[in-house]
Amino acid sequence: MSARIEGHAILRGPRAEIDASQSAVEQAMTQHGYGREALFAVRLALEEALVNAIRHGNRHVPDGQVDFRWSVDGDEARFDVQDQGEGFDPDAVPDPTEDDNLEIPSGRGIMLMKAYMSEVEYRGPGNHLAMVYRKSKDA
Amino acid sequence: MANDSSRLRISAVNDVVRIDFVDRDILDEATIRQIGQDIQRKLEPMSAPKVLMCFTVVEHLSSAALGTLITVNSLVKKKGGTLRLAEIRPEILEVFYITKLNKHFSIDESAEAALKALA
Repeated sequence: MSARIEGHAILRGPRAEIDASQSAVEQAMTQHGYGREALFAVRLALEEALVNAIRHGNRHVPDGQVDFRWSVDGDEARFDVQDQGEGFDPDAVPDPTEDDNLEIPSGRGIMLMKAYMSEVEYRGPGNHLAMVYRKSKDA
Repeated sequence: MANDSSRLRISAVNDVVRIDFVDRDILDEATIRQIGQDIQRKLEPMSAPKVLMCFTVVEHLSSAALGTLITVNSLVKKKGGTLRLAEIRPEILEVFYITKLNKHFSIDESAEAALKALA
């Protein structure tokens, strides 16, 4: 099995930064033999995580940055996304699958991350997101 | 019918407005906003529009894209029209089931089936 692959990026907002990070992660996961379902799951979860951090987490932070660290080995892929905002209470986000909330256009990002990743944890005041995808989920 | 956006291909099939996505990925917020605006501009003058949205080439979409679909559906319903979604890949369809939006949208396997339902 090849060695763990790690990456780190500071994201300021432009779409190209997100795409570059996504490509690097996808390349590392492909190198470690993750399948199509895994690549789909991680891409979706990372999209939600990075966009949330940039657009919502840093909304009130002038020139805010998002610190994105990741590592991939043959067993799992780990991701840490930290913004510079005040954080939030993820438990206070309404359940978008409740019938009364189905017509609300926003608020599905966190549930999608939880659905597609093996572990999703908000740390500190809620501005640090840690996610894990285990290859066994891919089987 | 003229294209309203480079990200969409909009055509008329009898009395149905057929909207095909051009891109494999519907992720970028600015693009999603533009798509929503283009569709709303197209439907705004119409009464009781029949709309078919085809996802034939779409491989990835974000929660922001789902939000735009919900907004379009609300507009169509407000106008007394009908929106149907079709040709959604299994991976994307799973996203609709996870979010329970399969209960919110009318989804058909093929464009033909959707057009038949809209007839």
